[in-house]
Amino acid sequence: MPAMLQARQLACLRGDRLLFRKLDLTVKAGELWRIAGANGMGKTSLLRQLCGLRHLDQGEVCWQGESITDCRERFHAGLLYLGHAPNLNDLLSPLENLLFACQAQGLPVSPAACESALQRIGLSAALHLPARLLSQGQRRRVSLARLFLAEAQPLWLLDEPFTALDVAAVAELAAVLDAHCAGGGAVVFSSHQDAGFATPLKSLNVEDFAP
Amino acid sequence: MSVFLAVLRRDLLLAWRGRADLLVALAFFVIVASLFPFGVGAEPNQLRAIGPGVVWVAALLASLLALPRMFSQDFEAGVLEQLLLSPEPAVLWVGAKILAHWLATGLPLVLISPLLGLMYGLDGDARLVLAASLLVGTPILSLLGAIGAALTLGLRGAGSLLALLVLPLFVPVLVFGAGAVDAFAGGMGVSAQFSLLGAGVLASAALVPFACVAALRLAAE
Repeated sequence: MPAMLQARQLACLRGDRLLFRKLDLTVKAGELWRIAGANGMGKTSLLRQLCGLRHLDQGEVCWQGESITDCRERFHAGLLYLGHAPNLNDLLSPLENLLFACQAQGLPVSPAACESALQRIGLSAALHLPARLLSQGQRRRVSLARLFLAEAQPLWLLDEPFTALDVAAVAELAAVLDAHCAGGGAVVFSSHQDAGFATPLKSLNVEDFAP
Repeated sequence: MSVFLAVLRRDLLLAWRGRADLLVALAFFVIVASLFPFGVGAEPNQLRAIGPGVVWVAALLASLLALPRMFSQDFEAGVLEQLLLSPEPAVLWVGAKILAHWLATGLPLVLISPLLGLMYGLDGDARLVLAASLLVGTPILSLLGAIGAALTLGLRGAGSLLALLVLPLFVPVLVFGAGAVDAFAGGMGVSAQFSLLGAGVLASAALVPFACVAALRLAAE
């Protein structure tokens, strides 16, 4: 079985500082990867390189055996990336924000499906409030609600998904990631904390590749 | 195509919810255009002569005022990077954003311009020509401005840099737009000016989205 996502000999420069080099990563279906490393060592940069938002200073990233620059549309159709930014507009309600996030990815999602995703993540009371009234944790939950509508995306790249979440939500998110891996998907996330997964956790520390 | 409609609908909804910002740009347009008679005096023939140029310059400045917001909110909130990761072609949603921006900020200027023409003593038909020249010309301002907005995204002092970048590009639009009204008032045909403005709209609509996408990809890095 070919690897879902394969990165070969990646290097990342920030300004004139080399963050990491000769980094190899092979993600197969069913795998759960954690990107570790201290602040400022390049975890976010690595994830952005893997999803194609940041240019590669060296090496290549392949999606199902093909370079992601050659198959951008197919790659992005199979990818869900959630970054640091909450992907919310303050003037829109969580429901409107989530519906637009799906439409922007070209997913035909009904408002009812978005509503039930937001209810599952514990935002029943805030469905129609403007997003500027939400707390940090609630804003995080709105962007994570996107995970419930991402069955069509086998690869999830999540940047610090556990920040600002309470204990119960961390456990629930871990269960969602486990279920995705059990269903044949793959997850790569960056985090400082361990959340107790059922899936065996593979780990990559970017500091190991620092020059 | 669904991405085009989704972005268009969302941006128009956002423009409506943040309509106070749009009203500020519109009020700015009216105030700038109203300042000139105080400066140059209220001699009717003189006002009639400078009217089209003044209204056009005011429209240009008002559209400049709204430009920095075209991408910056979505850039800061991370919506832009999600759109860049969409499997749909990026020119579609960039086109939708520019169209929504023009509908929210350019079209109101067109609609209110005959009133300002009245203030400068332009007769009925000249006021219509003024509005028509703005109708064809302001989309070019939104399109060219979009490149500047995308290039200055995330920079310090983006607003003033944006003005330096795009105001020189607006000069031909100003020349032909105000020139059309002057030519009409002088009893000449206006088809040359309108043809050139129309060609400008088509050419920039065809090329600008691609340039914008390239600039936005750079900014997102």
